Amino acid sequence: MIIAIIEHDRGTLHNASLEMLTVARALAADRDTSLAALLIGESGREIVKTLGAYGVPVAYLAVDDSLEDYAPRAWAESALAVMDQENVEVVLAAGTDRGHEVLAHVASLADLPLAANCLEVKLDDERCRVTRQRWGGSLLEEAELRGETYLLSIAPHLIPAEETPLDGEVEIREFQPSFSDRAFRVQVTGREQDEKAGISLTDARVVIGGGRGVGGAEGFTALEELADLLDGAVGGSRVATNNGWRPHKDQIGQTGNRIAPDLYIACGISGAIQHMVGCQGAKNILAINTDPQAPIMEKADYVVVGDLHEVVPAIVDEVKQRKR
Amino acid sequence: MNILVCVKRVPDTGAKMILTADNQAVDSKNLGFTVSPHEECAEEEAVRQVEEHGGSSWILTLGPEEAGEQLQEGLALGMDEAVLLNNNGEEWDPRSTSLAITEAVQKIAEEGTSFDVLLFGNEAADSGDFQVGVRVANALDLPVVTGVKDLSFTGDTAVAKRESSDGWEVYQVPLPAVFTVKEGINIPRYPSLRGRMQARRQEIKRITPKKQPGGLKKIRLRIPEEEDGGAEVLGEGPEVSSKVVDLFQDIGVV
Repeated sequence: MIIAIIEHDRGTLHNASLEMLTVARALAADRDTSLAALLIGESGREIVKTLGAYGVPVAYLAVDDSLEDYAPRAWAESALAVMDQENVEVVLAAGTDRGHEVLAHVASLADLPLAANCLEVKLDDERCRVTRQRWGGSLLEEAELRGETYLLSIAPHLIPAEETPLDGEVEIREFQPSFSDRAFRVQVTGREQDEKAGISLTDARVVIGGGRGVGGAEGFTALEELADLLDGAVGGSRVATNNGWRPHKDQIGQTGNRIAPDLYIACGISGAIQHMVGCQGAKNILAINTDPQAPIMEKADYVVVGDLHEVVPAIVDEVKQRKR
Repeated sequence: MNILVCVKRVPDTGAKMILTADNQAVDSKNLGFTVSPHEECAEEEAVRQVEEHGGSSWILTLGPEEAGEQLQEGLALGMDEAVLLNNNGEEWDPRSTSLAITEAVQKIAEEGTSFDVLLFGNEAADSGDFQVGVRVANALDLPVVTGVKDLSFTGDTAVAKRESSDGWEVYQVPLPAVFTVKEGINIPRYPSLRGRMQARRQEIKRITPKKQPGGLKKIRLRIPEEEDGGAEVLGEGPEVSSKVVDLFQDIGVV
């Protein structure tokens, strides 16, 4: 059996899980074995129907009053409960903060190998071979796993989610895991909402990024204006966040956000590999830079050679005119 | 409060990487070395928390002899003690790494220092395994929160915050505990000249680690294929704005 841990936050599905299901379905078909999803908490029930649209025939649903909010080790122990009952070849999760956290708990509690951020998976009777990301995706590693069960996270934004509707309904197998006294030692105990909840970088269709060339916090005003006109979000390179020009939450790159917009406009960003892995999911990249030799000018799809402080306001004016 | 920070020496890359002839490592002939930005922040966090709460801050690495350089950088920031687990430059898998760190923590405790807080980077910059902190925590039977970008302590309780899509998730855990932190939790300071001078004189403790590999084995590395094509040059300067907005309309964002 292949188990896919479905990530959700109090009933709201994380899209990276649907991408992961593309790999999970292929593995189950390849190994001629069954595929089941694992949903944790009563609120996961809301997602069952969606899973049907993505070809998942069986959903294990772990229920317990304590599972109302996310608790990483309790999620891991729920997965271990299914692994105890069934002959599980592979457990998959999305390569997200929570996905990695839960799988790392499963790995350490059951002493199993875990390969993070896989792109390709091949399984035979002896071993599991994967291609996985290193350096945030700047480098790939071919690796081999051996063990009773293989734990894999799937790198987000690279494999498309594909609807493959089931004939019929998803079978729900509800169960109540018996938790250890460690299971809820770490659990979300509160939440704080951001005051201005604009379009998030990871969801935006248009992202405008600023780097060293922006020159300071005030330089971002023009970028903000363009973002407003395009219903986009503004982010920055590591230079911009380390200098305090933008909050770290806005960083695009290996140690910040991974974005996947239709259009990414990189302004005054040189294009270090750590930045480029953060925007490799973008469909189109437009780079605006004074230096035609900057690395980003090769990696972008479209380039404008020029000073962003002149080019961006000119673009703003042009967009305003056409919108009129 | 005693805090341990675990770091990993990695090549300081920025441009396209080149592999060694056997495809087992990044060719670092012409590169310097560093630790990941997450780990730099973990070091800074330890120094700040000890400044606030008292106690001592320790830095530990599993790496080659040369990783003493990264330990010295931690000491130069104001950390108190450094520990090197020498693996002779061989890359150890996450299970081996975690067990070596776990045993070192136990040994240090036997020698009289037990840690209230263990800090790791959220993931190593190079291998990106996302598991060593959690494995160490479970081996030591300690609570662990990953991806932490805000950390504070009151008595024996820690409040750790993690970013969510629309704000923050808050976790309250009893100490001792493990946290894996992300860049953004603070902005690290630069070491002072005096700090650097002192660090050079400071002794580095050594513990010999035992290799106990798990089931994950690197076969080879490769550079991802790049889309060729190259960029289309739309033009130079502000005059190009009309072409740019044509492009926006083609893509469908205006």
